[in-house]
Amino acid sequence: MREVAVIGTGMTNFGELWGKSIKDIFVEAALEAIESAGVDHIDSIYVGAMSSGLFVGQEHLGAVMADYLGQNPVPATRVESACASGGASFRAAYHEVASGASDIVLAGGVEKMTDGADVTEALATAADQDYEVYQGITFPGLYAMIANAHMHEFGTKRENLAQVSVKNHKNGSNNPNAQFKSIITVDQVLNSTLVADPLRLLDCSPVSDGGAAVILCPMDIAKKFTGTPVRIKATSQASGTIALHSRDSLTTLDSVKTAAEKAYKMAGLKPADINFAEVHDCFTIAEIVVSEDLGFFEKGKGGAAVEEGKTAMDGLIPINTSGGLKSKGHPVGATGIAQIIELYEQLTGQAGKRQVKNAKIGLAQNMGGSGASCVINILEAI
Amino acid sequence: MVGIVGYGSYLPRYRIKVESIAKEWGSDPEALKRGLQLFEKTVPGQDEDTITISVEAAKGALKRANINPKEIGALYIGSESHPYAVKPSGTVVIDALGIGPHVHVASYEFACKAGTEAMYNAYALVKADEMKYAMGIGADTSQGAPGDALEYSASAGGAAFIMGKENVVAEILFTTSYTSDTPDFWRREHEYYPRHAGRFTGEPAYFKHLVTADKILLKKSVMKPEDFKYAVFHMPNGKFPQMAGKKLGFTKEQLETGWIVPWMGNTYSGSSPTALAAVLDVAKPGDKIFMVSFGSGAGSDGFIFNVTDKIKDVQDKAVKLRDMLDNNKIYLDYGEYAKFREKIILNE
Repeated sequence: MREVAVIGTGMTNFGELWGKSIKDIFVEAALEAIESAGVDHIDSIYVGAMSSGLFVGQEHLGAVMADYLGQNPVPATRVESACASGGASFRAAYHEVASGASDIVLAGGVEKMTDGADVTEALATAADQDYEVYQGITFPGLYAMIANAHMHEFGTKRENLAQVSVKNHKNGSNNPNAQFKSIITVDQVLNSTLVADPLRLLDCSPVSDGGAAVILCPMDIAKKFTGTPVRIKATSQASGTIALHSRDSLTTLDSVKTAAEKAYKMAGLKPADINFAEVHDCFTIAEIVVSEDLGFFEKGKGGAAVEEGKTAMDGLIPINTSGGLKSKGHPVGATGIAQIIELYEQLTGQAGKRQVKNAKIGLAQNMGGSGASCVINILEAI
Repeated sequence: MVGIVGYGSYLPRYRIKVESIAKEWGSDPEALKRGLQLFEKTVPGQDEDTITISVEAAKGALKRANINPKEIGALYIGSESHPYAVKPSGTVVIDALGIGPHVHVASYEFACKAGTEAMYNAYALVKADEMKYAMGIGADTSQGAPGDALEYSASAGGAAFIMGKENVVAEILFTTSYTSDTPDFWRREHEYYPRHAGRFTGEPAYFKHLVTADKILLKKSVMKPEDFKYAVFHMPNGKFPQMAGKKLGFTKEQLETGWIVPWMGNTYSGSSPTALAAVLDVAKPGDKIFMVSFGSGAGSDGFIFNVTDKIKDVQDKAVKLRDMLDNNKIYLDYGEYAKFREKIILNE
């Protein structure tokens, strides 16, 4: 397998992009990525999208986007793994380049969620229809159960959940692409509308439109295109049980643990070697649980770690420097690619006010459903 | 001089407080009151609908105009809640008030701006010398689905305006309209309640159309916000008209007389017309009034009025809006409200 590099990135603002269609959004991100990489062609396209059929009535996104991007007849494929669709799209592109099948591949992700669809219902299709959704459960409900279990087992405080949101909003205030650039307080989170006890509105990532794209090529030709390529050190994916009730523990996400072990092994690294991470904070509790399952903190200590500032910009391991899903926005299919873009910007020293000092190795963790799928990518500065 | 020669308004006596609705849905009333600037809303009685509200408002307009009803050549009612899908609302109104039968009658619909459409066309017909008088009415028993944000605002009321050339109490100096296909709020046939696209009803719909119409009207009239004594905007909630006013440079003082929405709710097609009636109830000769409506779908109609000396002669001839808003209230609990609004399905 060849070494692979990321050589260009592009993303739209995340938010309520009422004036733009799903095609406009993807094309905007993809053109920016192509331009920033300085490539004169692409060999293949992957489009991560969770549920464009339910959100905007458009499937067959690979062909749609290749067409609107003016790239016919290159092969283009839509990749779906619920909220991990972007990460899975990146991983597919990696394998196509690493295997030698193609040289220049675009990995993108997109979602258009504000066109009037029932978003909660569309998102719930990523859970177990027979045993969860038909009984009335939604994702806020599933993560609320995880939160309650975590609080019960480990004494995690309600305030710890709020502190995740406060930190991510603070980081996002320095991200020009973020949906919510507002600074918020723990009190605001604790007094926001109750969604699913104990989760409140400001514990939940928003409904967003947005697109993101990156260009991959073999490491040995990367410098031809850019002076700032970034090495893909590892990529991994794992599956876990689709339904929460099938798990041995409500407070451990097996897919995250397994994918992390595989990624660390492939990269030859330990959790302590990671300088910063983008993790899938679809709900505040998710960031806490994931930070434990990635091995950054002992099981049950993720809440305290946030309180102690260990995941803050200047902490032991800054988490979600981009603002995370909570502040940056969560256009589902684009999220995994946007995480890669944050890693790229940090590792090439282009993150501006969000820049992590001495950022050499970054990890992106993207997951689908309540953790039934998880994609992890580790990138390294050159 | 063409303008309003008589006006009247009507609000039902029944009210429900934000607290009573919020309690039913487990929402925080304080957050709603703070966020939407709404405290209570009017509720139509069991025997009230757009037609009865129109009759009451039109009665007031006739009293103030003091004209022979037979001289009214057109009567238009704008509403989102015409009682019949097919059958005009206005025919009942003309027969109840002795208008017609030599009269042009139509029901208008354009979400919340149907009332100002009726006023606009009534004004145009008189200005074109097609008839001596024409009446435009905006009235609604607004719909809001149980549990929806609209349930806190959708209320009932209306206002009627007779346009003419003699004894004008408020001359219409300028008009404008600004419209585009912006589907922010809709109700399809056979549906009980409107649907809406959340925050999309704000910036791209309400603010874009209303503020653009405002700017066109100011440009057309070569007037500035400070030239007006009063400004009246469509009021989907308490916050939006204030934000729109602020964007354009209108002050709180200019807005507050017409800002009746916190205690009345959104009377949809009757919203800006009832606010205009509240302003005319207290206006003095020479006052300039700036009025812009908004209807989802979406569009805005704008008017600039100049109040004349005749206003003093008519203000006390019929009930004033503020009197109906502040007095004789009967508060309903949610159960009574659900019964009044026919939200409870009974066996026939």
